[in-house]
Amino acid sequence: MIKFANVQFWVHDHDAALAFYTRKLGWEVRADTTVEGWDFRWLVVGPPGQDEIGLVLMKIPGPPMLDEATSAQLAELVAKGVGGTLFLETDDCQASYDELSARGVEFNDPPTEQPYGIDTSFRDPSGNNVRLTQILEFSLDRGR
Amino acid sequence: MVPPVRHLLRAKDLADGYYFEPLTVSDLARAAGLSPAHFSREFRRAFGEAPHQYLLTRRLERAAALLRNTDRPVTEICFAVGLTSIGSFTTSFRRVYGLPPLAYRESFPPARRLIRIPLCMAQAYGRRENRTFREAGPTETSLTSAGTKEER
Repeated sequence: MIKFANVQFWVHDHDAALAFYTRKLGWEVRADTTVEGWDFRWLVVGPPGQDEIGLVLMKIPGPPMLDEATSAQLAELVAKGVGGTLFLETDDCQASYDELSARGVEFNDPPTEQPYGIDTSFRDPSGNNVRLTQILEFSLDRGR
Repeated sequence: MVPPVRHLLRAKDLADGYYFEPLTVSDLARAAGLSPAHFSREFRRAFGEAPHQYLLTRRLERAAALLRNTDRPVTEICFAVGLTSIGSFTTSFRRVYGLPPLAYRESFPPARRLIRIPLCMAQAYGRRENRTFREAGPTETSLTSAGTKEER
């Protein structure tokens, strides 16, 4: 059997990302290990209550991992919002929206009814997209 | 260091998230923290099209979704996506989607109208570039997804 262990986002700044995911989202730190000689930090966060999956916050590397030009391109692409999307579920979209807004998360859109449920979205400081959905029984009459 | 384009993304997100409000390019510029003239130039450089075009095509994409997925009247849909003139809505819809709104709706058999994908994906892939010329006929790709229907 194969399962998800960790998924990964590129970030521009470890500390800004860590502050966002822990203080604003309220997530836990699963791992935070720095390898001095490599300028490498293995930083993994995740939501309380779901220990088995983590989000790796990986700093966009420079040389020798990536040459300067590639590193700058990647940094630019992530900041443009095309780095990827994390799809999260909640049991109460409005409550999560209210709670996270109060903690300083700036949402892109208000909770909106869709045939598949109620959802909203926000971005982390680097521009990575996070979609937050309350799954409901599929209904064509919702969100019309 | 976060590249400055991150601020332009806030403007794009505002258009995607609040297209139904009476947004203008000035509002988008404010979200990016730039003056309107400077903003339009920078937005175009970052995303390949002018901000007013992006906002318009976002509104048209949402209108197309409402035409496919609902039976709401065209006038209502026009206002629901933040547009204020039925005449220019019809004109730009036809230019971008190749058919007037009602004909577009009718070109989708009910069972094929709806695809189960998340809204953000529908927004990203369903939006079409604005067109300058009227050469194009109906070209909407048939929205089939292996027997499923509706967006999720």
